[in-house]
Amino acid sequence: MAKVTVDGIEVEVPNGASVLQACEAAGKEVPRFCYHERLSVAGNCRMCLVEVEKAPKPVASCAYPVMDGMKVFTDTPVVRNARRGVMEFLLINHPLDCPICDQGGECDLQDQAMAYGRDLSRYDEGKRAVKDKYVGPLIKTVMNRCIHCTRCVRFAAEVAGVPEMGATGRGESMEIGTYVEKALSSELSGNLIDICPVGALTSRPYAFVSRPWELRKTESVDVLDAVGAAIRVDVRGGEVLRIMPRVHDDVNEEWLGDRGRFSFDGLKRNRLDRPWVRRDGKLQPASWAEALGAIARALPGKRLGAIAGDTMDAESMFALKGLMAALGSQNLDCRQDGAKLDASRPDYYLFNTGIAGIEQADAIVIIGSNPRVEAPVLNARIRKRWMTGALRVGVVGPVADLTYPTQAVAMGEAGAFLDGAKNPMVILGRGALAREDGAAVLAAAWDLAKQAGGLREDWHGFNLLHQFGGQVAALDLGFLPGEGGLDMAGMLAGGVDALWLLGADGFDASRIAPGTFVIYQGHHGEAAAARADVILPGATYTEKDGTYVNTEGRVQRGRMAVTPPGEAREDWKIIRAASQMLGVTLPYDSLEALRAEMAAAHPVFARLDQGPLPGCTDDAGPVATGALGMAPFQLPIQNYWQVDPITRASPTMAECAATYLQPKPLLAAE
Amino acid sequence: MSAQGPGGGFHATHAVGKAEAAQPTEFAFDAASEAEIEKIIARYPAGKQASAVIPLLYIVQRQMGRVTGSAWVPRVAMDVIAQRLSMPPMRVYEVATFYLMFNTKPIGRYHLQVCGTTPCMLRGSDDVLAACKSAGGLKGYGDTSADGLFTLTEVECLGACVNAPILQVDDDYYEDLDYDSTVRLIEALKRGERPPHGSAIGRQTSAPEGGPMVLTGSED
Ligand code: SF4
Ligand code: FES
Ligand code: FES
Repeated sequence: MAKVTVDGIEVEVPNGASVLQACEAAGKEVPRFCYHERLSVAGNCRMCLVEVEKAPKPVASCAYPVMDGMKVFTDTPVVRNARRGVMEFLLINHPLDCPICDQGGECDLQDQAMAYGRDLSRYDEGKRAVKDKYVGPLIKTVMNRCIHCTRCVRFAAEVAGVPEMGATGRGESMEIGTYVEKALSSELSGNLIDICPVGALTSRPYAFVSRPWELRKTESVDVLDAVGAAIRVDVRGGEVLRIMPRVHDDVNEEWLGDRGRFSFDGLKRNRLDRPWVRRDGKLQPASWAEALGAIARALPGKRLGAIAGDTMDAESMFALKGLMAALGSQNLDCRQDGAKLDASRPDYYLFNTGIAGIEQADAIVIIGSNPRVEAPVLNARIRKRWMTGALRVGVVGPVADLTYPTQAVAMGEAGAFLDGAKNPMVILGRGALAREDGAAVLAAAWDLAKQAGGLREDWHGFNLLHQFGGQVAALDLGFLPGEGGLDMAGMLAGGVDALWLLGADGFDASRIAPGTFVIYQGHHGEAAAARADVILPGATYTEKDGTYVNTEGRVQRGRMAVTPPGEAREDWKIIRAASQMLGVTLPYDSLEALRAEMAAAHPVFARLDQGPLPGCTDDAGPVATGALGMAPFQLPIQNYWQVDPITRASPTMAECAATYLQPKPLLAAE
Repeated sequence: MSAQGPGGGFHATHAVGKAEAAQPTEFAFDAASEAEIEKIIARYPAGKQASAVIPLLYIVQRQMGRVTGSAWVPRVAMDVIAQRLSMPPMRVYEVATFYLMFNTKPIGRYHLQVCGTTPCMLRGSDDVLAACKSAGGLKGYGDTSADGLFTLTEVECLGACVNAPILQVDDDYYEDLDYDSTVRLIEALKRGERPPHGSAIGRQTSAPEGGPMVLTGSED
């Protein structure tokens, strides 16, 4: 530790820390553009100048290591003058277009120019002009505004792992871009918008849409992958205008996948905004009373079943489970993909090491998964660990470009690969369980972690990577066949007369046996809704207060940012209303009461925002039924951008899919 | 291919600009280049081959000059270098565009590089420039003559100010030029000759005009 005095305040910081970090520890603000705490230090903007005793000139604090006994001054005439000079140089080529710039109101340059800018420019010469670049369908570039901080270059190379951005040319002709025009091949590209301190890289879908001070901000969680990234939903006039990540060090740091950030335009399209009832073979608009009445008439005396979707909130699934129990049905399932999960113990289906725990791992074997498209933020964490040089990664199954080098290993060699690792991890993709021998795969993966010494009291190296934000909560709630109950295949094959689909449209609706009475409760009208006899319009994750559990078992609350459209309602309320019509009224009539009941029945829901339990106390594995087959693993997600009803309804996601998935254009022969 | 495929399958190229049109679609090192590369890469420790990027860019530029008569570095060649040195193509683009010595666009057979910095300017670089324009058929800096023989570039101090003004033709310095000697030089180049480089007035290296004046044994 080094003792440093900043403006008379003494602080202790670790050796090797920068002066800027010492200033922050002392509570002193230092302006900066190029420095970003999650990126390497570039030291090229010079905005962070401070004075250090005995140093002949002001020093760039972000790139200057502390020394014991150092005295730093952050607010002297010299410092202020130096920063004013830097600001004047930065503004020489910066256009005066704040009024039409989307960064306006949340621009570091604008803010710092208030403190260090001159009121008039002394620069009479022409400003340089830089051609705008194309870096993909999500990012709008106005390269005149670029101040060459190279944050985007470092982000692409270090965090996203796609070193495709760079600075070409030199001096006045220096330009930031990809040189060859191409869409940045990253699922994390939207983060460039946040990382750019000026308006050079802004959100394309959000261009000219709103000003930050007009927005109402709601803190929530992302459910479109199983990471459960912390997000902020920005709303104006009842419409979601953008979604941004919030900082959550244990989950997403400050990143967000493009799917979670940009798919919200799908929230407005193809929505179910009123109940529908099938009359004379045709779906017809109906009132809530009619729809619930139709259910109340149809269900009694029937064999019932319920299937929960992948992005549902825990509350609605708990309510539906309660309703089914009250109606005497044990036929429940939440595994639309047919994954052979074992929910008898939470650590059989959780990412037990934790996302932050990846940073302690020294060897990982990934089985049947492509974390880059299944959970890009989590993949960035693996990459972060790999960057330290202390991690090796093996892949069983299809080997994808994960942005870090991997070694293909066969299931049988995986044990040898993990040999010698202190903290081995096995990451099993949920997709690897969605096959005949899924249970054997699960048992084999657990066994692999066990044999490698990964199941200890201080380390839990078995990890299941789910795909969506509602999948773990469903397992926690036991939304699975009860005693003698049917699973999804059994229900679809005619084992039930009436089927309640709660946001479940992740399977082929034509599998539902003809003659089954189908209730579809959800927000988007897709195949399952078209097959329904009654449609109950529900809410998306931005339209309800809901509880979600991420892949590591972290219970988080999403919040209502906008009201559901039209007559759509929060899902648990719909189920509560139906229970009343069916004469089996559920014993709660407020969200608080429901949550209390839920936490009493499933104590895990009382542990808000807590990571996985550390370590493994019982290394007995899940029961393997059947033998491990020979079939090669298939990756479950081929198209990152379109995976669920919301993303499939999103024009932005459609554009991404079209841009990134198109076949390579052949170069015209000369 | 309709699916993203493992890990990406990102091939989207958005647009092909005008400058792109002149870019060849293929590049391969020839035997002479390969021999040079082998020697150069051996100079760097294993895993640090990326350090060889500048010499390799020169090799490309010389090979292009040899083979096509236009010494420049096409983009595919940068990709080939990136692959050879296991580095991201972008890092090669950055280096190639940073150094003005690498031509990223096709140039004429002879690259006329006029030094326009103060000492050369005081000693008559304007005349050298005028001679290049008139004899070479060039409109100004950045231009390539219609016959494809010459490209004219202004460069900063070439570090040979004692013998100013300087005209660098490809890799060679021609020194102590004036209008007429520059015209003669260019005419010779047009005929396919390569006049000996160095001083046009017979100066010995950078000794004073008219020969050495000290340590000649005659000064007392
Ligand atoms: S585009 Fe933005 S992040 Fe990238 S160098 Fe320019 S100012 Fe920095
Ligand atoms: S923040 Fe220190 S030089 Fe940019
Ligand atoms: S000024 Fe021309 S060589 Fe130095």
